[in-house]
Amino acid sequence: MKLLVCISQTPDTTSKISFNANGTEFNAAGVQFIMNPYDEWYALVRACELREALGGTVVALNVGPAANETTIRKALAIGADEAVRIDCEPNGAGFVAKQIAEYARAENFDIIFFGKETIDHNGSEVGAMVAEHLDLPYVSYASKLDLNGSTATLERDIEGGVEVLEVDLPFVLSAAKGMAEQRIPNMRGIMTARSKPLKEVPAVAFEDSAKAVQFSLPPAKAGVKLIQPDQMDELVRLLHEEAKII
Amino acid sequence: MVLVFAESPRGQFKKSSYEAVTYGKKVADLLGTSCIALTLGTTKDAGELGRYGATKVLSIPDASFDTFDSQSYASAISEIAKSNNANVVVLSHTSTGKSVAGRVAVRLNAGLVSGVNSLPTTSGAALRVKKSVFSGKAIAEYEISSEVKVLSLMGNAVKPENLGSAVTVETVSVASAKGRVRVKSVKTQEGTVPLPEAEIVVSAGRGMKGPENWGMVESLAATLGATTACSRPVADAHWRPHHEHVGQTGIAIRPNLYIAIGISGAIQHLAGVNNSKVIVVINKDAEAPFFKAADYGVVGDLFEIVPRLDEAFKKFKAG
Ligand SMILES: Cc1cc2nc3c(=O)[nH]c(=O)nc-3n(C[C@H](O)[C@H](O)[C@H](O)COP(=O)(O)OP(=O)(O)OC[C@H]3O[C@@H](n4cnc5c(N)ncnc54)[C@H](O)[C@@H]3O)c2cc1C
Repeated sequence: MKLLVCISQTPDTTSKISFNANGTEFNAAGVQFIMNPYDEWYALVRACELREALGGTVVALNVGPAANETTIRKALAIGADEAVRIDCEPNGAGFVAKQIAEYARAENFDIIFFGKETIDHNGSEVGAMVAEHLDLPYVSYASKLDLNGSTATLERDIEGGVEVLEVDLPFVLSAAKGMAEQRIPNMRGIMTARSKPLKEVPAVAFEDSAKAVQFSLPPAKAGVKLIQPDQMDELVRLLHEEAKII
Repeated sequence: MVLVFAESPRGQFKKSSYEAVTYGKKVADLLGTSCIALTLGTTKDAGELGRYGATKVLSIPDASFDTFDSQSYASAISEIAKSNNANVVVLSHTSTGKSVAGRVAVRLNAGLVSGVNSLPTTSGAALRVKKSVFSGKAIAEYEISSEVKVLSLMGNAVKPENLGSAVTVETVSVASAKGRVRVKSVKTQEGTVPLPEAEIVVSAGRGMKGPENWGMVESLAATLGATTACSRPVADAHWRPHHEHVGQTGIAIRPNLYIAIGISGAIQHLAGVNNSKVIVVINKDAEAPFFKAADYGVVGDLFEIVPRLDEAFKKFKAG
């Protein structure tokens, strides 16, 4: 079993988000970066569980600069066997997908894992693009994955419910809540992570035709209007006449 | 031409499909072109999409599309886009759209922006369009410079509008890739609007003390025709089903009205709800962080306030 888990690095959930003065660039000063939570908690952990049960190799892949190596080592500490970093600035979903697909094409992975989306660009784009580049089936928002020989049974979150499906290996998935439980790396994991292989691969040239060009912060809320607990008719009136939503 | 893929899971169009057609029509007007809608699988009343602005509806009523597969869907949408020279392809940012948009973009060599929440503007031959990023903490404007552009539209970002009248449906066929995913069953809750589509959401947190107290939340939701949601610890403790969990780890929603009851408003919770148009917070702690993100707030005991609010809405509904 050969499993690839694509991990992205994102600002920590609680980070204060800001941009440079003309709004063209994210201001990384003072921001702590983490492994994108869905890649870590759901995708990586499930891949490690399958490897533990069935044998094989889990490869963690990051498209990014050398500064991302702390995040990559964490994936190794959680349980990935080896890691690959495609050396570049990850500029856009189309660009990242192209890098991953070019690397994975020759490697014949059985399953390629993604998280359901990243918490910075909230795109949910890369998994589907990689699947298309490699002409593989894609199961998005998978909340359950079991293997029976070369057939996988999955549950996929859809609006207001789940879809149960089967697909033969190889395929691509994006993982959502339910697929696995978060794992805290233990001391042994952290120690062995240092000596696990981390390979650097050069990026391929690709021009992404969709680019984020301007960032801004949402308009500040006007401030909360407080209503006395015994004035609920007044709240209803405000929602009707002022907010006009009922 | 702007091509809109109008989803019809289990034969039914969704609100998000009408939103996508409305949006597609407005993008078409901006570009001085027409809007064509595409449906896949067995559908009823596809001609109705004309009411939202489609000047033509293409239908591929092949039963193999009655279950979802991202490959066969993406292949059909791309083939239709090519044969009709589409400049822009619009999809809904739903479970289906998220699985398909990236594939369509690769097939058409197109730039993709997913989860857009407003109309684009033109910049020469390029399009500029905005979406919410950093879990609602910022807005990014993207520029798409490819010849063909793919956009997926965030739910509840535009209202379905009456922009035309019913049209005749043209049946077409394509040689599309065969799906390799075998759908075994689909389980959905009947009778309630799924959270991502709900216009009003009544959500409650740990302040409820226990699952036995949820009757008042359900009653308020029933009065408003709202869908119920909850905070993560509530789902983790199995007080409420997991599909109700909203926030960073649960689902992200953007209803017109979000009523938060006994929820502190942690940043991870806000990440899933801060795009709601109007937020009402009920909390006994005047310092609860949620009040900073709220439009209207009531400081006090939820066990007294919620039934009172329910009564007030009932009185209002009765006219
Ligand atoms: C990585 C990460 C991801 C997370 N993802 C999510 C997520 O997706 N969604 C999510 O919700 N949380 C998430 N959390 C958890 C989040 O940080 C909070 O712990 C959680 O949202 C708190 O839930 P709560 O507001 O229901 O409970 P509490 O924080 O315990 O708040 C209960 C509130 O109820 C009020 N209250 C109590 N009694 C009454 C009463 N009688 N009348 C009125 N008010 C009352 C209290 O004043 C308090 O403000 C995540 C945390 C982490 C670390």
